[in-house]
Amino acid sequence: MIQIKDLGFSYGGFPVLKNITMNLEEGRIYGLLGENGVGKTTLLTLISGLKKPLTGSIDTDGHNPYEREPSFLSDQYYLSDEVAAVNMKAIDYAVNYGRFWENFDLAKFNEVMQILENDPQKKMTTMSFGQLKKTYIAFALACNTKYLFMDEPTNGLDIPSKAQFRKAVMKYTREDSVILISTHQVRDLENIIDPIIILDRQEVLLNAGIAEISEKLYFDYSNEVNQSALYREMVPGGNIQVSLNQTSEESKVNLEALFNTVYQHKELIKEIFNK
Amino acid sequence: MEFSENKSIYLQICDAICEKILSGDLLPESRIPSVREYGAEIGVNPNTVMRSYERLTNDGVIYNRRGIGYFISTEARNIVLKNQRKEFLENELPAIRRKMELLGIRLEDIL
Repeated sequence: MIQIKDLGFSYGGFPVLKNITMNLEEGRIYGLLGENGVGKTTLLTLISGLKKPLTGSIDTDGHNPYEREPSFLSDQYYLSDEVAAVNMKAIDYAVNYGRFWENFDLAKFNEVMQILENDPQKKMTTMSFGQLKKTYIAFALACNTKYLFMDEPTNGLDIPSKAQFRKAVMKYTREDSVILISTHQVRDLENIIDPIIILDRQEVLLNAGIAEISEKLYFDYSNEVNQSALYREMVPGGNIQVSLNQTSEESKVNLEALFNTVYQHKELIKEIFNK
Repeated sequence: MEFSENKSIYLQICDAICEKILSGDLLPESRIPSVREYGAEIGVNPNTVMRSYERLTNDGVIYNRRGIGYFISTEARNIVLKNQRKEFLENELPAIRRKMELLGIRLEDIL
């Protein structure tokens, strides 16, 4: 488990994260959502040990990530949004760098490359952005780490790869792993990410599983206007309306509508989910 | 798998499995994929699939053999039939009836 307590960070005098407190549990694929500039990437780099917290602490199963103990680092992988084109064939990159990760599995790398229809013999410098991204996704999954952090992994992927990515994340990760994925492309990852974390400027607005969300909020896709709805959005064929769930009926959580509801009703949402 | 808009995903997965039981694609005592296998196959978080399996287990439609996996129970078909008939009579039929009244369609017109 990763325990984050009162975490704060700032760039120069500009505070980015202030009061981040949350736990990330094993066997879950967390989705990290938030508007531009709220500090999603900063949070990921802090959890990966690439930055030093200004205040508060991160405890990853007894380790402080910033100490960057090699044995600990070999069990985590951070896939950045910006990936480097190294002057090597993808397969050579995997062989050369894979050895830093204790459980690296080259067969798995080749398998994921094949699923994503990416050629391991191609030089990374001649790859398109999407191909490069696929190479790093294959590498990240092949590292077989307990902790896996991905920043906007579906950015740049073509349409068929997005579905393959979803499947690969479930097929090729360890059952005991803690996975945290930041994204704006909620539709790319719908049905995959659960729990959902919504970050606001400097604090966590929501950290809840899909089951809890659909127990507390009701997503209505009908034509009838519900006056007590917290959020309403017109879509072809009617409205998406979000209201407090008064019944035991569970509806399908729509992540975009959820996000907008949470941002418009911050205090209410914190109150009903902290009960 | 294509999901519809308004029903929670875990219930839609239950429905899909029940439908396969009714159609005979899934037979009693046959093994269904593990939570992770099935999740990967249909692109859904394993925790969601777990909820579906728990619900079907509670309903007596599937059962868990520890360490081996989930299986369709011998009574599955009867249970699904009973539940879905009830669901149809209580929820779906009244909606159809309302729509027929709105459109002025009489029972004789469709039988």
